Amino acid sequence: MRRGGLWALAAVGVLAVAGVVLPRWLVFLLTLAFAKGVAVLSVVVLMRAGLVSFGQGLFFAAAAYAAGFAMRGWGLREALVLVPLGVAVAVLLGAVVGLLVARYRDIFFAMLTLAFSMVLYGVLIKAYTVTGGSDGIRIPTPSVLGISRAGDEARLLVYYLALACTAGSAWLVTRYAQAPAGYLAWAVRDNEVRVAYLGAPVNRIVYGAFLLASGLAGLGGVLTALNVGHVDPGLSYWTTSGELVFVAVLGGSGSVPGALAGAVVYEVLRSYAFKYAPYAWQMMLGAAMLVIILFLPGGVWSPVERWWRRQQA
Amino acid sequence: MKTPILEVEDLTLHFGSITAAERETVIVYPGEFVGVVGPNGAGKTTFLNLITGYLRPERGVIRFWGQDVVGMKPHQITALGVGRSFQIPQLFLTLTVRENVLVGLATREGRWASAWRPLHEPTRVQAADEVLLQFGLLAQADRPAGELPEGGRKLLDVAMAFALRPRLLLMDEPTSGVSAREKFQIMDTLLQALREAGVTALFVEHDMEVVRRYATRVLVLSNGRILADGAPGEVLDDPEVRLAVTGRR
Repeated sequence: MRRGGLWALAAVGVLAVAGVVLPRWLVFLLTLAFAKGVAVLSVVVLMRAGLVSFGQGLFFAAAAYAAGFAMRGWGLREALVLVPLGVAVAVLLGAVVGLLVARYRDIFFAMLTLAFSMVLYGVLIKAYTVTGGSDGIRIPTPSVLGISRAGDEARLLVYYLALACTAGSAWLVTRYAQAPAGYLAWAVRDNEVRVAYLGAPVNRIVYGAFLLASGLAGLGGVLTALNVGHVDPGLSYWTTSGELVFVAVLGGSGSVPGALAGAVVYEVLRSYAFKYAPYAWQMMLGAAMLVIILFLPGGVWSPVERWWRRQQA
Repeated sequence: MKTPILEVEDLTLHFGSITAAERETVIVYPGEFVGVVGPNGAGKTTFLNLITGYLRPERGVIRFWGQDVVGMKPHQITALGVGRSFQIPQLFLTLTVRENVLVGLATREGRWASAWRPLHEPTRVQAADEVLLQFGLLAQADRPAGELPEGGRKLLDVAMAFALRPRLLLMDEPTSGVSAREKFQIMDTLLQALREAGVTALFVEHDMEVVRRYATRVLVLSNGRILADGAPGEVLDDPEVRLAVTGRR
């Protein structure tokens, strides 16, 4: 196994132990960060193809609500059923939306994705009898592999589920980035005309990246729902999508570990900012972002990447 | 009698009042190296754009190995075996020279077989390095394509098309923007690689010496029309052709 893989395995091992050792509030926060990190990976996948989506909240919310409806309507509790269900709904939605948006680039792509997520937001707000309107719906505690627990133990189960899903997603996106499919997405960003003259259908490459991104955003949404125990239309609001782009830039756009590290830094920053300045936490986040842009323009993960490159050289 | 690799019949296209192609009819046979010459605005690049599906003709037929390709998209025509290089090299500037070729090789292999295997698979890297060796670019393999000099970019542009193992290669001014000495080096390299692989080529060129030395046949375009079509010595020494192409008899 390569050194990168060993480091990743070691990180998963440390985080697995951390679940037992760390205080409960921090475990909850880390679970939230993992879920967000997976959704941020969806932004990373699209950025690879030169696309910035301001509408990943669409899939994030759709998958979260799908899990919520399945729990409330069908009485499903098993997370290993709810997670694939949410991802499937997100991918299906991506398959439909992607037919249109995969033809667009730049600001047009960004605005179209934003528009779709806001359409869902409107539907979730207005369809009160089904969705609970702006209040959203409460989600019962899930079981994992048939194990049902309550309170902190239930949260710990969701933590391990989120950790496994995050590790799996990181592996998947890394593999994608190293495969021809990922390189072709990169090539589309560099030079679409050339890609077509290599015999590869450009829109299909973008469509494939969009489907993968939809699934990842959906996975992040289900995990968030299972962790928080509540879904509301805010998951589809533009600020949620913007937050995912914000975290991708914070972590270091294009980097898988950067996206995950960025999500952890973001959640911790947000928590503390909210704790010490509940009415000005966005301002504090903005200030933190400015500091990072000034001193770490490559994102919070960039010093680690530089160190890694030196080791490889 | 040989089967034509490319048949163009009655090809017509206008951009408003400008005639880009007017009833162009050409047949290319396997093994030919056809030089396409003409003054600026004669419709040389348009001719390549029509054959490769970038533009759609108003009228006319384009057949590759007997198959009508009018209406097909560039990636579909490329997949049939028509490669293309560009006047301004179209590279993936942030990828390395080797990766530029690897991406081409991966698309040639098909979608599902190779979609999830790493791009840098040893067998694929070996194939890419063989192509780079043929084009004299192996020493630059790990450099970003954006760092190559113009001559290197021109060669890589053709190497990427060549990696697809095309049956017909269309090259748009493969020697433009490089020094006079480099021109012949580039053409020697290109032609040797193409001959070894049995690739038929059609190349647009402004330099008459290059055309005279490397083309087996010359096609002269002027105002979207075919002015002459024949052996290089015969066509290029024609005063009418010289006047149309260079402005001097």
